[in-house]
Amino acid sequence: MFRNQYDNDVTVWSPQGRIHQIEYAMEAVKQGSASLGLKSKTHAILVALKRAPSELSAYQKKILPIDDHVGVAIAGLTADARLLSNFMRSECLNSRYAYDQPLPVSRLVSAVGNKSQILTQRYGRRPFGVGLLICGYDSQGPHIYQTCPSANYYDCKAMAIGARSQSARTYVEKHLDKFLDCSLEELVAHGLRALRDTLPSDINLTTKNCSVGVVGKDSDFTIYDDDKMEQYLSLIEGEERSSRAPPPTDGVQEGDQEPMQQDGEGQADPQPAGPEVQQPEGMDQGP
Amino acid sequence: MEASLQMEFWRNGPQPGALYNFPGSQIWNQNEPTKRTLYPSVTGTSVLGLKFNDGVVIAGDKLGSYGSMARFRDLSRVLKVNDQVVVGASGDYADYQFLSEIIEQRVIEEECLNDGFGYTPSSLFSWLTRVMYNRRSNINPLWNTYVVAGWENNAPFLGYVDKIGTAYQAPTISSGYGAYIAQPLLRDALEKKPNMNVKDAIETIDRCMKVLYYRDARSLNKYELAIVTKDGVEIRSPVTSQPNWEIAHLIKGYE
Repeated sequence: MFRNQYDNDVTVWSPQGRIHQIEYAMEAVKQGSASLGLKSKTHAILVALKRAPSELSAYQKKILPIDDHVGVAIAGLTADARLLSNFMRSECLNSRYAYDQPLPVSRLVSAVGNKSQILTQRYGRRPFGVGLLICGYDSQGPHIYQTCPSANYYDCKAMAIGARSQSARTYVEKHLDKFLDCSLEELVAHGLRALRDTLPSDINLTTKNCSVGVVGKDSDFTIYDDDKMEQYLSLIEGEERSSRAPPPTDGVQEGDQEPMQQDGEGQADPQPAGPEVQQPEGMDQGP
Repeated sequence: MEASLQMEFWRNGPQPGALYNFPGSQIWNQNEPTKRTLYPSVTGTSVLGLKFNDGVVIAGDKLGSYGSMARFRDLSRVLKVNDQVVVGASGDYADYQFLSEIIEQRVIEEECLNDGFGYTPSSLFSWLTRVMYNRRSNINPLWNTYVVAGWENNAPFLGYVDKIGTAYQAPTISSGYGAYIAQPLLRDALEKKPNMNVKDAIETIDRCMKVLYYRDARSLNKYELAIVTKDGVEIRSPVTSQPNWEIAHLIKGYE
């Protein structure tokens, strides 16, 4: 039943100097559908791919509003994300109550980081199984932050997390220098193109399976989905898809491989190591 | 049963947790009723505040009265919080010291975060309002009136919070006895000259402080002045206003 001697609890080190429970939690993020964050000088946006667990159910929400100036996109365990977003909402409300001011995004993210860290160091606990992309606007401008189950967080120019997100990161790296001066529409178009690159070639973006969250200088965080996505999807309609788009899959989830098979191979961190989009090629989890 | 056994075991020893009662922490004595401040002891009198074209100025004299006695003649009642916020306090001086130490500690902690965010006038004003209202709701008010002045969003800020948590912002503010004597003078001056510069504002405040020195028996002609503009906070202390008692001998009947 147990794959490994050292993965029973989060407080146990492996002789290789790794904590397997945390790495398993990081894998959970890669099971979730892709989410992407981008920013220009004036706006920060989130773009996310939604999944429907069955034919009979609606598509799961991927972008959650936190406050007028903050929203998050999630990948991983939705239930954990709900708990974290509840926490973030109350942090934001507390700041408005006590200081009559929106909570600076950096402080919100570090509060989430501190909360997540506790779960990576206590006997009998488990780390959160969700990664967040936090997009917000405060007096220092637009922000995109990534948080991980490992309690690391990164200030990003742009970032993608979730299943097959490497393709989106590749797109985003290629166009990184264009984003800062983009208009909102151009930014969303870039976001949707990057998100489309994570899809198998027989599936396309529809108003049902994706949503966009936008926050900017004088505009509150707003989520666009369903019919409201049409205006944005029309921006990239009919465009040639990037040739890097992965071939169709039959729905097999990546991350199903045994993580422990890689044990002791000097494998890099399971998620992007740097604060920016710098994940090396070849770490693509896509088939 | 279990608890009594433990007490037996610890007989004549320290109470569990007693080693952690550091000096200054609150120790409850079950034999005495809870006590609250019923009146202030060492007090400061009015604080005046006036917004002008490109800044705001506040002033409070340097006297600490013990009842009607002019007990301390060199107390500071104006606190520079950071480069854009000052706070002036009237009322109980010990309560002001208590709160100013908390504010200073919070400013230090915030600077340690080093994330580029700090207290703005409006955020400190909001926080003070919460503290004051919370204390009064626990029937244990801090016996002060605070005047918050600062520079925020390219505009002057001037706010008032009292011991029951009443809070407002206005172009002219005076606390304590000054609300009766100086407030009408400030309003009148601002009405006559709506676009004051620094010099006008300081002159207006100086005149009001002088009038208060004549009419407020708990005041002093030595005061502290804080000027907040886009360039930061300037504190002038002490400023001495020269009174003129020439006509004093004409007033009779109060000997």
